[in-house]
Amino acid sequence: MAHVEANLGASPLEGSMPLHRLAHARAGDKGDRLNLALFAYDPRHYETLVEQVTEERVLTLFAHRGASGVRRYLMPSLSGMNLVIDDVLQGGVNGALNLDGHGKTLSYLLLGMSVTLKGE
Amino acid sequence: MTFLLGSGAGFSGDRTDAAIPVVAELIRRGQPAALLFETLGERTLAAAHRTMRDDPAAGYEPLLEELLSPVLDDCLRHGIAILGNFGAANPDGACRVVAELAARSQRGGASIGRIHGDDIRARLGELDLQRWEAENRELPGEEALISANVYLGAAPLVEALELGAEVVVSGRVADPALFLAPLVHHFGWAWNDWDRLAAGMMAGHLGECGAQVSGGYFADPGCKEVPGLARVGYPIIEVEEDGSLVVTKPAGTGGMVTERTVKEQLLYEVHDPANYLTPDVVVDLSAVRVEEIGRDRVAVSGIRGKPAPQRLKTTVCYEGGWQGEAEISYAGPNALARAQLAAEILRERLTFRAPPELRSRLDIVGHASVFDSDAGDLQSTAPSSAGSDYRLRLAVEHAERRWVERATQELLALYCAGPAGGGGVRRQFQRRVCTASYLVKRSDVETFATLFDTTLFETKMANERRVAHGTR
Repeated sequence: MAHVEANLGASPLEGSMPLHRLAHARAGDKGDRLNLALFAYDPRHYETLVEQVTEERVLTLFAHRGASGVRRYLMPSLSGMNLVIDDVLQGGVNGALNLDGHGKTLSYLLLGMSVTLKGE
Repeated sequence: MTFLLGSGAGFSGDRTDAAIPVVAELIRRGQPAALLFETLGERTLAAAHRTMRDDPAAGYEPLLEELLSPVLDDCLRHGIAILGNFGAANPDGACRVVAELAARSQRGGASIGRIHGDDIRARLGELDLQRWEAENRELPGEEALISANVYLGAAPLVEALELGAEVVVSGRVADPALFLAPLVHHFGWAWNDWDRLAAGMMAGHLGECGAQVSGGYFADPGCKEVPGLARVGYPIIEVEEDGSLVVTKPAGTGGMVTERTVKEQLLYEVHDPANYLTPDVVVDLSAVRVEEIGRDRVAVSGIRGKPAPQRLKTTVCYEGGWQGEAEISYAGPNALARAQLAAEILRERLTFRAPPELRSRLDIVGHASVFDSDAGDLQSTAPSSAGSDYRLRLAVEHAERRWVERATQELLALYCAGPAGGGGVRRQFQRRVCTASYLVKRSDVETFATLFDTTLFETKMANERRVAHGTR
């Protein structure tokens, strides 16, 4: 936490970077449905997430997993959003052959997405 | 007066010493309190039913004794109610364990409440069922049915507390209902006081996964540092009569409670934040606020509630055939190419050594695995990494065990017939339980609580032993 705040203060973030630099996330599963809760570290970056972490881009990111749809619920009071992705868990915790049937690791697939931050 | 909710466990398999500092803090504060154990997920309920098929005396939380024994005596002496869904598929079995532990405590016994009504397997055929929207896989026939359990709300748990239960044992209840129940019991909240019920449910939602709100499952070195995870403190939620709540943790423990740790847990497993469905209330988080008010103290406010849904979620478990896994390692120069060659060989072998309906998947751990599709899209497109230590994993599924054995044996045979330098084969098979979710009408579910009669139970067990030994 301290490290990130130091980064934000010392050298302003700019240009293209993984979402991991700007946001933190947690995955949850129910059946074959995954939710990814995503939050900006700095509320000033929330609008960038809203502009760039779109339903379309998330669907593309999870297309190889068979994702059939993405719904995005914005939570401005939390500087975050909830992404709900259907049919992405290959059968879910009791049906998948994947090592990670819950899809718990997939928060970091999202955080690998590239975003671009304009200079401040 | 503030009511304290302490988390003792957040899943089956959680740390069994976690409750000790929580209970010590609850006692130190001397306020009315309850200790909650949430140990039942979709996976664990299915596993419990599977276990009970093989051994009718099992099927409750396997770590129950280890979880309860360090804290049961203290809780009984200090009036801290314990509620847990550790009954899993066999609440009677769990009641018996609790009764035995309580008999050995200083108090010499405890009043144990038992929740009924979640198991609707016998009536499944006659109920009006709706398939849950987020699943559309094909389901096995009725002959494969193992179990059907409704997610009950807090009402029967409150009933158990009203009967004087000091330990409440349930099977399937909605996880946060374990936390809501002692609040309703203590504050006397009405069942249509939606905002308070919603706040109580969210206190449960925040606490039900144990350390996930207090620094567990959060650390990411360099970005999100968390101190002392080896001794992370499990959460305590302070709740007021008006439904305001503060998340904290015991003094002197590791971990941390911050705006960020609380936010991550707030939306965990939530879909539409304006309509989070629970059995007792539909929670609306659109105006929720999360605010650090002190060190390891975070207030959550703005939670609103709407009338409870007319249907309750039900998890149905079916026989799911067999699953098998086998792995082999390749390391050092050209390791990735050797692992990839091994994968190719296996794919080819399975085309003529296994039936076409065998479902299979190959991962190369270290290159592409958990993010990948079953078809291995990423395995072929991921850039070669600088690593030189890979593990090829085969996972297969079939209705018959023999095909799962045959397929995984093909990986074992790579020892002599595969690429150079493969080693460390491990192989395992297990029965699978698959699950599906339905919605049943609330009015079709009959739920209630009883006190577990230890005398009667002992008599019954003694009779069963006599019958088993052939005497009458």
